[in-house]
Amino acid sequence: MSEEIFFKSAHELSAMLSKRKVSSVELTKILIERTKQIDSKIGAFLSFDEDKTLKEAAKSDARRKRGGGGPLSPLDGIPVSLKDLVAEKGQPLTCASKILENFISPYDATVVGRLRRAGCVLWGRLNMDEFAMGSSNENSAYKAVSNPWNVNCVPGGSSGGSAASVAAGETILALGSDTGGSIRQPAAFCGICGLKPSYGAVSRYGLVAFASSLDQIGPMGRSVEDIASLFQVIAGSDKKDSSTFHFKKPDYLACLPKFQSIQKLGVPVEYFQDGLDPEVRAALERAIEFYRSAGHEVVEVSLEMTKYVMPAYYVISTAEASSNLARFDGIRYGFRSKVAKNAIDIYFKTRGEGFGEEVKRRIMLGTYVLSSENFESYYRHAQKVRTLIRNDFMRAMEGVSALIAPTTPTVAFELGEKKLDPLQMYLCDIFTVQANMVGTCAISIPCGMSSTNLPIGMQILGKPFKEQEILSLAYEFESAHGYKDLHPNI
Amino acid sequence: MTDENCPDIDINIEHLMTLARIDLNEVEKVKIAYSLKEILDYFRELSEVNVGGVEESAHAFPLYGVLRNDKAGPAFSVESALLNAPERRDNQFVVPKVVEQ
Repeated sequence: MSEEIFFKSAHELSAMLSKRKVSSVELTKILIERTKQIDSKIGAFLSFDEDKTLKEAAKSDARRKRGGGGPLSPLDGIPVSLKDLVAEKGQPLTCASKILENFISPYDATVVGRLRRAGCVLWGRLNMDEFAMGSSNENSAYKAVSNPWNVNCVPGGSSGGSAASVAAGETILALGSDTGGSIRQPAAFCGICGLKPSYGAVSRYGLVAFASSLDQIGPMGRSVEDIASLFQVIAGSDKKDSSTFHFKKPDYLACLPKFQSIQKLGVPVEYFQDGLDPEVRAALERAIEFYRSAGHEVVEVSLEMTKYVMPAYYVISTAEASSNLARFDGIRYGFRSKVAKNAIDIYFKTRGEGFGEEVKRRIMLGTYVLSSENFESYYRHAQKVRTLIRNDFMRAMEGVSALIAPTTPTVAFELGEKKLDPLQMYLCDIFTVQANMVGTCAISIPCGMSSTNLPIGMQILGKPFKEQEILSLAYEFESAHGYKDLHPNI
Repeated sequence: MTDENCPDIDINIEHLMTLARIDLNEVEKVKIAYSLKEILDYFRELSEVNVGGVEESAHAFPLYGVLRNDKAGPAFSVESALLNAPERRDNQFVVPKVVEQ
């Protein structure tokens, strides 16, 4: 097991902080130094404010020293980094786009307020695919991100900076966002844990919207315990986001060992067909065997609509994106074209110059499926297919607690390999979009290494608002394997 | 990018640019039109699905509009609202003239 402090879990660090073996300032300085040392090779950070971060760490240390006021939150003093589409007051927020190059957040996202109240140290702002559109982090307008396990490979996307920085020990925890797999796919490629919460479990207030019916903010970390703790902090309803649900939040950390009674688990046969990398398949088969030998009953289930999930997702997500991104018009904030001649021209030129190619492609696609002549045959049709997809999923979940599946069809691919082929890039999300389309929770955890020494991810899909169940199943696997203690040599 | 492989889908890229309020240069026009055709061709699979009598889902779960109580609360300050303005003057956003004389 690694002795480096930057690879320790939030759980271990929390114990060290309370025993005064390390201070939050010391820990934060170590991460700052590490990031300065290695991030030129990875490109995970878009910005950080060293003084502000250290001040927050000093405040945490002062709270601990002062005592009183009850026990500190388990994440007090732990550095957490944010994907660069979550607003932190006074800090830049670019969405990795030129159109928001000099934008400063005028307010905190609800999740950021919750992190502050839990005493977290808000550390760097993390690279991503522009406006969260991509599966390789090559669509950042600033720089691509490399996978810490092999810098010639992609970290996945769109939360590629979040996954890479956690895997490389540049941060302890990170928040990502997941619209079609953007937390789970990079978590799988970088060998870390990532949770896409149920739709409505976490407030989206202060999250720059991509596709509002699918987006969720979620936790990323190096262990299941860590993401359970972070989820505990960020989950819950919010009067500023009317799509959040009121639900009774269990103690997720305390639930981890609880769900290991005998369960019935489903394996969706459609996820194990041609196109699945043999090494990924073998790792998943070993994982399924593990659950079986641990006493769980494992049965095959069928998700008959699988083939239609992907195209329906791209119709719906691009339609919503084209509407959401209409707000970037160069009038009230963000970049404004210098060459525009009149008011309408400002829109055309600002958006033409400010957005990158993939963002333009998706806006155009969304515009096409929403245009009057195509609205019925594409958009409304996809919305109906979405109903059938949900019914199909609920049917498959009858009688089982969770589904075990691969997170991605392959391990991380090389930088540049799919960049010129948008459709091939879209197909990276083939196993992850299901959870977004039905609004349920899903987690990705490492479950093996390929012969090329790249991580393999296992996905566990649960029932809506049963995060505690999939976290617990993930914890059971993690506790019996050593993957969380494997770190890239960088 | 050869024309023989390009799916037969009619895309009026200029019309889409107008609807989306996005300027594309000549290279982007060709590239994006081509990829849209490919992607829309892939979407055709969806037409196999019989959706007769099926309701649409705008969200995974039913959502309801929630109104807060009609009570004044802390408001966004003018300074915060103008913080990121590309151009500002006298507490307002500056934009080109939109009314012809």
